[in-house]
Amino acid sequence: MSDQNGGKSLEQALKKWSEQVEQKIKKRPERKAEFVNTSGIPVKRVYTPLDLSYSDYLSDIGLPGDYPFTRGVQPTMYRGRYWTMRQYAGFASAAESNKRYRFLLDQGQTGLSVAFDLPTQIGYDSDHEMALGEVGKVGVAIDSVKDMEILFHKIPLDQVSTSMTINAPAAILLAMYVVVAEQQGVPIEKLRGTIQNDILKEYSSRGTYIFPPKPSMRIITDIFSFCAREIPLWNTISISGYHIREAGSTAVQEVAFTLANGIAYVQAALDAGLDVDSFGPRLSFFFNAHLDFLEEVAKFRAIRRLWADIMAKRFKAQNPKSMMVRFHTQTAGCTLTAQQPKNNIVRVAFQALAAVLGGTQSLHTNSMDEALCLPSEEAVQIALRTQQLIAYESGVADTVDPLGGSYFMETLTQEIYERAKAYIDKIDEMGGAVEAIEKGYIQREIQDSAYTYQREIEKEERIVVGLNRFQTQEERPGHLLRVDPSVQKEQAESLKKLKAERDNEKVKQSLSTLQKAAQGGDNLMPFILEAVRSYATLGEICDLLRGIFGEYQQVSTLGN
Amino acid sequence: MAEKKKIRVLAAKPGLDGHDRGVKVVASALMDAGMEVIYTGLRQSPSQIVEAAIQEDVDVIAMSILSGAHDYLFPKVMDLLAEKDIRDILVIGGGIIPDEDIPALKASGIAEIFGPGTTTGDIIQYIRDQKSV
Repeated sequence: MSDQNGGKSLEQALKKWSEQVEQKIKKRPERKAEFVNTSGIPVKRVYTPLDLSYSDYLSDIGLPGDYPFTRGVQPTMYRGRYWTMRQYAGFASAAESNKRYRFLLDQGQTGLSVAFDLPTQIGYDSDHEMALGEVGKVGVAIDSVKDMEILFHKIPLDQVSTSMTINAPAAILLAMYVVVAEQQGVPIEKLRGTIQNDILKEYSSRGTYIFPPKPSMRIITDIFSFCAREIPLWNTISISGYHIREAGSTAVQEVAFTLANGIAYVQAALDAGLDVDSFGPRLSFFFNAHLDFLEEVAKFRAIRRLWADIMAKRFKAQNPKSMMVRFHTQTAGCTLTAQQPKNNIVRVAFQALAAVLGGTQSLHTNSMDEALCLPSEEAVQIALRTQQLIAYESGVADTVDPLGGSYFMETLTQEIYERAKAYIDKIDEMGGAVEAIEKGYIQREIQDSAYTYQREIEKEERIVVGLNRFQTQEERPGHLLRVDPSVQKEQAESLKKLKAERDNEKVKQSLSTLQKAAQGGDNLMPFILEAVRSYATLGEICDLLRGIFGEYQQVSTLGN
Repeated sequence: MAEKKKIRVLAAKPGLDGHDRGVKVVASALMDAGMEVIYTGLRQSPSQIVEAAIQEDVDVIAMSILSGAHDYLFPKVMDLLAEKDIRDILVIGGGIIPDEDIPALKASGIAEIFGPGTTTGDIIQYIRDQKSV
């Protein structure tokens, strides 16, 4: 688009100005011969109205709360209420994590985010051989609904929203949450929260898969349809670019691979006979806030526009809510340095600000010590305060999409939108995200970007303050938070006790009906709920499903 | 004269940790530096790693853990190697490993630990220094 009245004269003025600048920089060159952002998009010296390339303002950008939601999903955004401040936490035992959650709620946090340990995420009980050394390390260990009761002790589930980072066994953890709510007397239609439930990025980037794609997609669509009927406020999936980015992708790849996964979930649900507007409004997203500030803000804006396009045009959604990208953001863990860890406070603040200017619905800010260990209570508090500073002191929350209309911001938004779309077209040609992952295409693209990024750091083409420039001699901080190794033993003992005390006949029965359902085509959720109610363990349920569905084998993508 | 034998490295992910960005970057850099690299993929038990090292006749095992399970899994690999009386494989580790854990890991026989911020150049140099014939 060009300025109707001033376009011609601006064009002339710009030409003249550029010639003058070219003369000047012959004597005094710029810092670099070429400026390119992390996605490989060239960044020009200056942007003017002549750069704006959208075809129509209302159909490509529009107003906040209106299609295609480039400027935000709500008309008032943070003038109505701030984003949800939601710190991902959990370690050791359910009792220990419960204490941390209540600390965070006391500190003004407004939502919970549960981190599970790796055995839980991969469907092993704490006494399994593969769980040795891992119990309680990166999150809380949950073996049965007994642990879940302790985890949410004195936290009324009708008053918090809870996000659970759980994927392959998401149906089981959701069932446990529902059973705890029943025990608290909370009607389940009142439950608010999210399960991550995004298996495709586990295959490509995060690694906590269990079953192969086909049965995994079935479980996911079972959850979509169960929640649409029973837990209407629940976000049934959090389609995640976060881990794709952490694994090394560029911003454009993060957008493209996440939305390609989103397309695969929608298609699977449609193929299972669901109506797009029955589950579309409960799809949620999760993105990374990385270092390149303006690129990140543009990324969030481009994501909203592209997904709205996909849902409206490709999948013919009618409900505007099906077209809206509501997303959680976490600042980029991979950008934290072990060197001069206090610098991380500042990195996180910039990244958090990008997320807010990008219109996030909820936010996790990393703690400064996370390149060293689990975050200490003090570090978590500073991280949460960073969000509160942005909200209450900076003023950026008082108008919607304040960077919208910047010539550079709009140009970059358009550029990311187009480049991500081209990637999605390519993935479509391969047969979709599942096929692209099975061929190793997405993994290779990500690892190539990661390698390039590392080489840039080592060649000092990319400066990391405190790491490859401005280094100082320093003592590493002591007093790191450690998980007591006795957690494993205690979990194993409680499991033994549970198996001795529960009604084992009931467990057997619930597992055998679940088995029949899994072999057939019924929705698995009601059967998983019954198994959980009977105090069957996570490992027992997952083992049974492993027997029927098999296990996913990773594709090798290193070398030629 | 015959060409100098290439250094063979097993890049391994012990335990359940899914973070493989680091191990893949290091593996790619070692390959570019002319070493032969075999990558195990995710979720390897210590005995699987030792088996693979024997099968592939490697000179080096390079393990990466970011889940905090290094305190159990790294020494376990060293125990299994000792049980099989294998003493000539250089074993190194990387990941999120607190400084205060390093002495115990070295005492178990891990030769060196490379933490966040290490360059691939440093790792290549270290392996060459230790394994140059």
